[in-house]
Amino acid sequence: MSIDTTPAPRERIDTTTPALDVRGLKKVYTGHGRDVEAVRNLTFTIRSGELVCIVGPSGAGKTTLLRCISGLLDVTDGEVVLDGKKVTEPPPGMAVVFQEYGRSLFPWLTVRQNIELPLKEKGLKKAERAEKVQTAIDAVGLTDSADAHPWQLSGGMQQRVAIARAVAYEPSVLLMDEPFAAVDAQTRADLEDLVRDLWHKFKVTVLFVTHDIDEAVYLGERVLVLSHRPTVILEDVKITLPDERSQLETRSTKEFADLRHHVYEQIQKAKQGFRPDGDTA
Amino acid sequence: MNLSSLARQLLLAIALPIVLLVLWWFISANNTSPFWPSLETIFKAFPTTWTADRIMADIMPSLARLALGYGLALIIGVALGTLIGLNRTVRALLEPALEFLRAIPPPVLVPIIALFVGYSGWTGKIAAIALGCLWPILLNTVEGVRGLDEVLVDTSRTYRFRKPTYFYQVVLRGSSPQVATGARQALSLGVIMMVISELFAADNGLGAAIVQAQRSFAIPQMWTGIILLGVIGFLLSVIFRVVEHRALAWYRGLRQSERGS
Repeated sequence: MSIDTTPAPRERIDTTTPALDVRGLKKVYTGHGRDVEAVRNLTFTIRSGELVCIVGPSGAGKTTLLRCISGLLDVTDGEVVLDGKKVTEPPPGMAVVFQEYGRSLFPWLTVRQNIELPLKEKGLKKAERAEKVQTAIDAVGLTDSADAHPWQLSGGMQQRVAIARAVAYEPSVLLMDEPFAAVDAQTRADLEDLVRDLWHKFKVTVLFVTHDIDEAVYLGERVLVLSHRPTVILEDVKITLPDERSQLETRSTKEFADLRHHVYEQIQKAKQGFRPDGDTA
Repeated sequence: MNLSSLARQLLLAIALPIVLLVLWWFISANNTSPFWPSLETIFKAFPTTWTADRIMADIMPSLARLALGYGLALIIGVALGTLIGLNRTVRALLEPALEFLRAIPPPVLVPIIALFVGYSGWTGKIAAIALGCLWPILLNTVEGVRGLDEVLVDTSRTYRFRKPTYFYQVVLRGSSPQVATGARQALSLGVIMMVISELFAADNGLGAAIVQAQRSFAIPQMWTGIILLGVIGFLLSVIFRVVEHRALAWYRGLRQSERGS
């Protein structure tokens, strides 16, 4: 199997500076008379410029993990370090695209205003804001809908707005929490290509959480496979697919099928409660 | 909306009032009871009763007090409601007391307020109107703030919105549909409180004018005051609707798109 051999050379990946460093992350929910350990001793690093997917079985605590990384949730133990600074609240260098696109956009603002507001909060001048907003709107293909309200758009287009807002913010790391789980299959394929496209264009570092194995393999440069609760990382899979990917070609290659097969196997093991050596649930 | 459908809507809206007025006109036409003067008599009493002087002396003070009391209730209600809505502990602490206070019919407050500031004068009347309007605004604001979408709140946290932006763009605008519901209820309560606050001292104001007319058996004049009150109440609610229609256009659109999908 060609999995752990020779990663595709990517010059623009700066292998020396980690953008995001998660060390020994642990999250225990307390309450209702019992403690629930959702995440246990989870460690991984994302280098600047990478596109990493996290995939795990249902109920693997993916959302918990993402909320801890984004500083929305306090961690029980361990630490999350972004740009060399420990995360204790939502950090300035991070943008999050949520699954619930309809609920993460401000319905009283237009598309343009939705994208502009975070930039305003960042303290950018008006001309600079206008330019960045327009670039982002054009990049996600919403040029004609810039002055519409989010509720006038389809689900896929709403998620494009959320993505444009995140990209315009120019974060060190862009977190995406199952962003396409609620859109139909065709829209989903378009949005996946959009993510690859924006990643190339804006050189943004992306951490993409999904439950969809195909999506993870198709999008990522690396796929982190999560175990069942309490969550740890089962395997860090290098995706050796070529940099230019297409829904039609890439998905029908043998390499894609092999990688998909391998990740699928890991997920099945995870569902059956398999854990790395020396760790017991 | 084209012109003919607009005309149709207008016709539907004014059809019943016209029928009722016509009925009133003919049924009361040959009435001999002094307490039920004919509509014709009432109409004829209008220009002599509501002269420019009287408008300045009675209607204007009433409306000014209503505006002040209502505005005060709006500011206090939204500010306090936001505070209570955002803090679970404060909410648990205050909610039973608020429900109790809300259950007290506001008119009963007028004599109590009078104990402190007297019946005449503006302070007591404005306080009565404000207290009457406060509860629906306050409680609806609490509900609105509590019902804020958590994804929206998370979004504003991850983009590190500053406090003022968060309060205006997320909390205030997010709860504005519920605040508007409370404000609409409060408006009709405000008109009621405006009249009631004037009945006791009966020194000036629209309510006072009606009581004075009734006490001096100027029955047609009394009726003109009552009709005028109805018209004012109606106009106020029309103004409210126009403002709401413009300010909450996004909310109507959102609801429509949710029903459509």
